[in-house]
Amino acid sequence: MDTTADLLKTPLHSLHLELGARMAGFAGYDMPIQYKMGVMQEHLHTRANAGLFDVSHMGQILIRAKSGDVRDAALALEKITPVDVADLKPGRQRYGLFTNEKGGLEDDFMVANRGDHLYLVVNAACKHDDLKRIKAALSETCEIEAQFGRGLIALQGPAAENVLSSYAPEAEDMLFMDVAEIDIAGVPAVVSRSGYTGEDGYEISLPAEETDRIARLLLDDDHVAPIGLGARDSLRLEAGLCLYGNDIDETTTPVEANLKWAIQKVRRTGGAREGGFPGADTILGQFENGASRLRVGLQPAGKAPVRAGAQLFESDSGGAAIGTVTSGGFGPSAGGPVAMGYVPATLATPGTTVFAEVRSKRLELAVAALPFVPSTYKR
Amino acid sequence: MLKFTEDHEWLKIEGDVATVGITEHAAEQLGDLVFVELPEVGAKLEKGGEASTVESVKAASDVYCPLAGEITEVNQAIADDPSLVNSDPTGAGWFFKLKLDDANSANELMDEAAYKSMIG
Repeated sequence: MDTTADLLKTPLHSLHLELGARMAGFAGYDMPIQYKMGVMQEHLHTRANAGLFDVSHMGQILIRAKSGDVRDAALALEKITPVDVADLKPGRQRYGLFTNEKGGLEDDFMVANRGDHLYLVVNAACKHDDLKRIKAALSETCEIEAQFGRGLIALQGPAAENVLSSYAPEAEDMLFMDVAEIDIAGVPAVVSRSGYTGEDGYEISLPAEETDRIARLLLDDDHVAPIGLGARDSLRLEAGLCLYGNDIDETTTPVEANLKWAIQKVRRTGGAREGGFPGADTILGQFENGASRLRVGLQPAGKAPVRAGAQLFESDSGGAAIGTVTSGGFGPSAGGPVAMGYVPATLATPGTTVFAEVRSKRLELAVAALPFVPSTYKR
Repeated sequence: MLKFTEDHEWLKIEGDVATVGITEHAAEQLGDLVFVELPEVGAKLEKGGEASTVESVKAASDVYCPLAGEITEVNQAIADDPSLVNSDPTGAGWFFKLKLDDANSANELMDEAAYKSMIG
């Protein structure tokens, strides 16, 4: 466990303390786990109104091609990611994956075409490794700029559009996965219409020195409440979104993780830019032949939450473990426990019964379609 | 007689039977409870044994048996509605009744003043 003195602070650290947040170390940063409202109410408030999240611990990275053509940067990035970056249009963002030689996942991220450069947001715990990975593969052809000190806040929920549009009218016209530089109260912000909650909303990248002022401005709106990492986790779990390190890691492939949709046809077998990324043989082989295990939603039959690490079994007694729960807890909007995990592909059909061992008891779960709560993205 | 443990449980002792729950401080620290697993009536537990499990949105925590004894009654109402523990931890949110092996064993526990000074 990090001691508090060793932990880094985001530009909103003093705001969190002022708001009475319960703080804890996360990926090397002293972060708000919850505020006075508590995880349950923060979760429900985000789904009903709007929540403001500090995600400044995440890594923001800019990539510029030395040729000046953003397509050259995109093609260079495709050497280390299986997603289609080159066809991403200016002002658009998509979900990306870094793979390793075994086909496992080194991180997941967002990549946007900002016209003259690429803009990436990577996971906090992986950002230094990601930067090394990108520099190793792209330095010859690209300039790489890490903006690890910059602020990043997410405004999520059905009221997010009205709140942000009151300061920046352009935000209203953006669609899911659009990215634009817009002015918020005199501050040039890079805004994407995306998030990690399943709700409509925005992620807003800001100069460190302006992040606190803009966060306070947004919190002034009665619809907006500050939301901690506790509710961020329950919101993304209900939305069926992966948490790197839990649901996906260096041992899980994109096919096993049920992320085939993230690898566009152009990078698959027979596509114009087929393969050419780490682990392509394994991953494209699994596209052809299927994976032996798959990430699925798991709906506990009873009221007891089934949490990450619980072993899964085919029957209510005996037998060897067939899989593991990778995320699990209580879904405040689902109104009961929800979980995700890996099961053999033969047991991955929704409705299939499996059992999880919790406190030496086998609890029944049903394989369930994801998400648990329908997403409300503005497409 | 009202007693407290370092694990943030309260015991209301009448004769050799203790009604046990978690303190307001513990309930606040845990946050909104979403699941409570109660012990079996008739279970004989040692002091410090796992008596119950409570779960919030975020995490599971154990409730320990504060003294050796036998479970004589459990509060099914908190299993049906765990939020009772948050709204009334020292009243309707009680967990179980424990017939103490030794009625004098409660003397070693903290009184309310000692507990309050412990939590600051």
